[in-house]
Amino acid sequence: MVESMEELLETVPVFEGLSSEFLNTIAGCASNVRFDEGQTLFEEDEEANRFFIVRQGLVAVDMHVPGQGPVTILTVREGEVVGWSWLFAPYRWQFDARAVESTRALAFDARCLRGKCDEDPALGYELMRRFARVIVQRVQATRLQILDVYGHAHS
Amino acid sequence: MRTAEISAPAKQPATMAPALYRVENRRRETSDTCTLTLVPAGGSAPSRFLPGQFNMLYVFGRGEVPISISGDPNQPEMVVHTIRSVGVVTGALIDLKPGQTVGLRGPFGTPWPVKAGYDRNLLIVAGGIGLAPLRPVVYHALANREAYRRITLLYGSRTPNDLLFWKELEKWRARFDFEVHVTVDSARPEWRGNVGVVTRLLRPANLEPENTTAMVCGPEVMMRLTVRDLVQRGIDPDNVYVSMERNMKCAMGFCGHCQLGAEFICKDGPVFRYSRIENLIGVREL
Repeated sequence: MVESMEELLETVPVFEGLSSEFLNTIAGCASNVRFDEGQTLFEEDEEANRFFIVRQGLVAVDMHVPGQGPVTILTVREGEVVGWSWLFAPYRWQFDARAVESTRALAFDARCLRGKCDEDPALGYELMRRFARVIVQRVQATRLQILDVYGHAHS
Repeated sequence: MRTAEISAPAKQPATMAPALYRVENRRRETSDTCTLTLVPAGGSAPSRFLPGQFNMLYVFGRGEVPISISGDPNQPEMVVHTIRSVGVVTGALIDLKPGQTVGLRGPFGTPWPVKAGYDRNLLIVAGGIGLAPLRPVVYHALANREAYRRITLLYGSRTPNDLLFWKELEKWRARFDFEVHVTVDSARPEWRGNVGVVTRLLRPANLEPENTTAMVCGPEVMMRLTVRDLVQRGIDPDNVYVSMERNMKCAMGFCGHCQLGAEFICKDGPVFRYSRIENLIGVREL
């Protein structure tokens, strides 16, 4: 049975518990996309005009380090969000994102969704609150990575 | 049938005198970590040990350090230690060659309560070298597979090159009755696995909090954040165990070097029920 976009969104953790009215509005900005292994979702400094929620597969968030080449700093799995630069001016990606394996995702048109949030501040607040939680979790995890707790101790 | 029941806890050897052990085998795990297999130099049988216990290894002329036993508790004839070079003594230990001798005292300390996980889900969370003290738990659990419900290992490391026991991880992962999730803090694009902190593996692990016993070992900050996450997900702190590390010297509770509050890590630990030390683990500079 083919699921409607609203039904798909109900299963996504970041949208869990949202009213059907909000889900319907968000669904109007969403589409299904597919990426082949190695395909780029977005690149650093491009306009952040979409964001994604992985339905199946694995996405790597990479950063290019001069002299070292690309380094993967995070992978994102089923149900997780890829990208939040679409929420904040200047709406430019800070990292690259790449499909590690064949990946299906929901893509959200950022301009469409920002417009809906401007029209309905209650939706905007709810989305901002939920994405802020994702951002906080990612920042806290990044702090632990920066600590390099498994790193090489000094003799 | 449980094929490899672990017997009652080994008695604490009341000795300050090391016994001579010969390096039988040395295997490099990563750039700074080796696994040594030791056998008694005099031909006597080594003491049995329980998962989570440690020995004091003495490099003559350099010093003595506590090292967790990383071998199979059902193969006590070989004393296996996985050692990471972090100082003078550990650096000398990983440079030992087969045939050379070390002093050994032990085993010491409290074990992982492997039987507390019987008829429950067993969750093993390891970070970095913390997989070494937990490997005996894995051996025990797999030798007694029917005693447990789900068995899950979550392992976090710095990079793919820093993963310990790579071949065993692959073997464990290939089993249908053992769930293994691995993540690293950063990686080259060629790495096809997870990147991120070990706590991010908790969601795909899909826990049943009320039926889960967790054993956690790694750097203290990693253990603190992991346990916080486990408790937030509904696991009772009474069902969470951690292995603590402090500057152990005598290993017998005499010298006080490893004292943490009212606990001596060497004899009251290193394995503690989390609820017993949760008020100590977050204290700064204790």
